[in-house]
Amino acid sequence: MTAAITVRGLCKRYGSVRAVDGVSFDVSTGEIFGILGPNGSGKTTTLECLQGLRHRDGGDITVLGLDPLRETEQLRRRIGSQLQESALPEHLRVGEALRLFAAATPGARAWEDLMQEWGLAEKRDASFASLSGGQRQRLFVALALVSDPEVVFLDEMTTGLDPEARHVAWDLVERIRGRGTTVVLVTHFMDEAERLCDRIGVLVRGRLVDIDTPAGVVARHGGSVRASFTSGDADLAWLSRVDHVASVARRDGRIHVDGDAHMITHLGSALLQHDLDPTDLRVVQPSLEDAYLRLVRSDEEAGHARAG
Amino acid sequence: MRALAELTRVELKLFSREPLNVVLVFALPVVWLVVLAGVFGNTPNPKYYRGAGPATYYVSAYIGLVLATTGLITLPAHLAGYRDRGVLRRFRASSMPAWSVLGSQVAVGLVVSVIAAIEVTLLSRFAFGAGLAVSWPGVVVAFVICALAFTAVGVFLGAILPTARAAQGVGILLWFVLLMLGGAGPPPEVLTGALHVAQNLTPLWHVTLALQDPWLGRGWNWPEMGIAAAMLVVCGGLGLRLLRWE
Repeated sequence: MTAAITVRGLCKRYGSVRAVDGVSFDVSTGEIFGILGPNGSGKTTTLECLQGLRHRDGGDITVLGLDPLRETEQLRRRIGSQLQESALPEHLRVGEALRLFAAATPGARAWEDLMQEWGLAEKRDASFASLSGGQRQRLFVALALVSDPEVVFLDEMTTGLDPEARHVAWDLVERIRGRGTTVVLVTHFMDEAERLCDRIGVLVRGRLVDIDTPAGVVARHGGSVRASFTSGDADLAWLSRVDHVASVARRDGRIHVDGDAHMITHLGSALLQHDLDPTDLRVVQPSLEDAYLRLVRSDEEAGHARAG
Repeated sequence: MRALAELTRVELKLFSREPLNVVLVFALPVVWLVVLAGVFGNTPNPKYYRGAGPATYYVSAYIGLVLATTGLITLPAHLAGYRDRGVLRRFRASSMPAWSVLGSQVAVGLVVSVIAAIEVTLLSRFAFGAGLAVSWPGVVVAFVICALAFTAVGVFLGAILPTARAAQGVGILLWFVLLMLGGAGPPPEVLTGALHVAQNLTPLWHVTLALQDPWLGRGWNWPEMGIAAAMLVVCGGLGLRLLRWE
């Protein structure tokens, strides 16, 4: 797979604040790459540097083989962008918006097809002001696609949408990828990242603290798999000798067993060997949210330690 | 070119969908004209209205007022609103050329001003017997220079005012001052002392004179057109320098 985007040592300062501080990553062609991170961690700034909307202070960026700063115009024609906090004129109608943005790009797609494809045809004469949040997002994504882009940037596409609209938006992103388009998205939602992204990068205070598949990030930072069950047996010392079990504790009348990702099958097998078949065995897998929160907190603690 | 044409088409529609624009540019001059020409008629009095009939005097003054309305209120509010709401950012992120965004504003300003000027001219001619222009070439040249000058003022105000609301507030305040002192209010002869000085500091008064002199058959007023051209250069230059996309 070839790299659609390469970023090496990207730096951006606002005054004395290092908004982005030496970020490097690659995005492969056809991939959905997610950027996660707390507010103010540099996600949007990174996205804006990739599109040439902001001047970087240091580092190298290549998008589709082009430098976003030096070859801005050539690049803009080949990328699509859904920006955060960016509206359209209130009285602009859906059909007019698509037609207008199509006119701005030489070699644009037939905007009528796009309107049909994104379920906006019956809203053709509706003004932007009258659209619901979900319809606006669909319009923004359709506008981002009107130039038939090779890379699409989506910044917090589903923020403010109700759960149903978010699921619709996710289907739309998968459809974009289905066309072979590379997608870079910024999100606050772990379920969104887990559902959509092939790989994610976690930004904390301007630095990329991890980059991997969502499962890889969870495995590395999510912490232990936890199982618990009730048992009247007094002697359960053998439990701590089961492979992959890290700790055993008795709390609130339940037995709590922690271990790594392989623990569950080994634990189940060991329980059966000891003629135990608890019907209330509960297993909690670490989620991406657990991994994300641990990553953010550990970096913040490291930051405090450095500052102290 | 296709982007500019399409954007101008869309912007004209957006202009017509904003009730405040339509009222200020197309309805208000008519209301003022009906009141003033109705009260003062069109009989010349050497002491007032530069010796012209009041209705004839007001035609060119109201054409000037229309230019001030687009430059002070509609254009700055539109531009500031575009920046504030992130529309400019979105245009920039797509391949919409910057010059076509500004070019469409100039085109919209010219088109609506021409329509309003024709409306004012025909109404005052047929309802109040006002005189038509004596020198059409002089009026047309002055009109183009003055329209571009107020467009430049609009770009400048749109660049320095943060939001559409701020731009509208400041614009309407300036517009009232210009309305009263710029020629479209009381006859210039009654403005004496400090008011006379204030009138000469009012951009609209110079625009009115540039339009009015060829209209009344007093020849081309090069000094006043020069002042309008200076407005165009200074405000246009500052506006383009200060205009931010976000």
